[in-house]
Amino acid sequence: MNTQTETQPQTLTTTQTLSKQKILWYRFKQNPLTLVGTGILLMFIVLAIFAPLLTPYDPEMVNMSERFEPPSSAHWFGTDEVGRDILTRILYGARLSLGIGITVVVIAGLIGSVIGAIAGYLGKAFGQFIMRMMDIMLAFPPLVLAMALTAALGPSLINAMLAIVIVKIPVYVRLARSEALVVREQLFVKAAETFGLSKVWIIARHIVPNVISPIIVQVTIDLGEAILLIATLGFLGLGAQPPMPEWGAMISTGWEFFLDQWWYPTFPGIAIFLATLSFNLLGDGLRDLLDPKSTR
Amino acid sequence: MWPIIRNRLIMLVFVVFGVSFITFLMSNVIPGDPARMIVGPRGDQATYQRIREQLGLNDPLYVQYVDYMKGIFTGDLGTSIRTQQPVLDDLITYFPATLELVIYAFLFAIFFGVMIGVITAVKNNTKWDYIGRFFSITGVSLPVFLSGLIFIIIFYGKLGWFPGSGRIDLFMELPPRITGLYTVDSLLVGNFEAFKNSLWHLIMPSIILGYVQLSTIVRQVRSSMLDVLNQEYIRTAKANGLSEWFLIIRYALRNALIPVITVVGVSFGMLLGGAVVTEMIFNWPGMGKYVVESIGFLDFPAIMGFTLLISVGYVIINLIVDLLYIVLDPRVRE
Repeated sequence: MNTQTETQPQTLTTTQTLSKQKILWYRFKQNPLTLVGTGILLMFIVLAIFAPLLTPYDPEMVNMSERFEPPSSAHWFGTDEVGRDILTRILYGARLSLGIGITVVVIAGLIGSVIGAIAGYLGKAFGQFIMRMMDIMLAFPPLVLAMALTAALGPSLINAMLAIVIVKIPVYVRLARSEALVVREQLFVKAAETFGLSKVWIIARHIVPNVISPIIVQVTIDLGEAILLIATLGFLGLGAQPPMPEWGAMISTGWEFFLDQWWYPTFPGIAIFLATLSFNLLGDGLRDLLDPKSTR
Repeated sequence: MWPIIRNRLIMLVFVVFGVSFITFLMSNVIPGDPARMIVGPRGDQATYQRIREQLGLNDPLYVQYVDYMKGIFTGDLGTSIRTQQPVLDDLITYFPATLELVIYAFLFAIFFGVMIGVITAVKNNTKWDYIGRFFSITGVSLPVFLSGLIFIIIFYGKLGWFPGSGRIDLFMELPPRITGLYTVDSLLVGNFEAFKNSLWHLIMPSIILGYVQLSTIVRQVRSSMLDVLNQEYIRTAKANGLSEWFLIIRYALRNALIPVITVVGVSFGMLLGGAVVTEMIFNWPGMGKYVVESIGFLDFPAIMGFTLLISVGYVIINLIVDLLYIVLDPRVRE
């Protein structure tokens, strides 16, 4: 009898959390598009991590004797104008695009959440001021801002990344602030205030960690866009510089050879499309999952 | 209603100051030197100094900013370093081309966005739902430079259905400039040849540009349609035996479209700023192409003018959207 009363509540809570997870997982699985997106994304991650093991070639080594070879068993996706294996460059390009995309969006997300948390927690004039600043940034056309920044700072991958971070921050500030406005009214924050803990401590320990989950969803959604922006800047010659195996830059040079060497721009194009698509499908599915309206 | 208008107008002033300040700062902290750009690397020191003086580059920074702000309010956005024309004149020349492209792209996105949104909502969780959503998500996943080039290769290069660049054929007599929109001007003077020709030029770039915004609209239409379809009055109407599609169009869509207006407004703003790459690929003589060429030249008066125009346009569009919302949804009027 005694043991029963002790174990009962425990089993109850475990089944509850389990079933909630199960429901989420079930709904996640239900949408085939989300599954496709996740599958493609996992494939890219694996390819990016194991790129050096998957290909015998070097992504930047010039080999003039093998230039413009059509797809064959030795070069699945053919070779480019200086004889580099295109598949190899795409694999290393996946490292670059995914790596930069994730870095950029995560940095923007972090900076944005901290600013948003501060603005939301402190509120009043300071919060208003920050939000007006963000409104101004949101009114900028993102691509033009990124282009102007990279052109001004000098075209390079680092500057392109910096530009995208700046362009992406306002969205996260808005999101984090609206969350922080809710969190700051909660009991544990009030309690921390009564204890006389410093504002910095409260923001770092209580506000930021509690606004982070919607930020994570937004990060997934933004990853696709960030990869496209990097590729676009690369295509325009404002991002990664040759001989870096960046997808957008590859299409930019490959395009001139399209009529005779169709494989050159085609495969990097497919890679950009699939990588972006996977993030967008995943982001779309995640939004559905968290949108209470779509439960029906 | 009035507080909204007042707040937006205050916002507008903020944006004008903020955007001009940021672009101004950017144009001054950059390592590039516009005077050096004009004179060229071998220009002599005297000319270089004279041009610096002309551009006001020797004044202290705050004087330069005050001068620039004075200019903005008197309609003087400075002189483009590249074209040597007043920036405002340049923008007025190129703006209609961009506006026309954006309007057609917008129409494309709304028409197909609403259609696919309705279908995916009505056929929720069936194969039609997934096909429709996949199709719309493809739009945001394809880089514009890629889809544009593919379209040009197929529909211009191989099939020859559509022209691949420009707004109108070179030999075509240009319609007189009334609005600056070729399709409108040519109709106004009854020049149907020019109308057909410019419409033909618009099809590919506007599809490419509009396709990017499709998924945002589909998403919003779908979600608000799902919302409405579950309401009591729809069920009542269904029980009364109204035909399904009549019900969807007449009752459901009308109410579902109200929240869509917000995204649509944002889309329009995004299109204005996003036309840049499309204009480059299709050699479209609009503001986007103008600003890309200016960026290559570090022509900051031109870049600043463009950015200012787009940002102000963005705020004005948002104001219009808010007002439309009030007109269409009586519930927010109080």
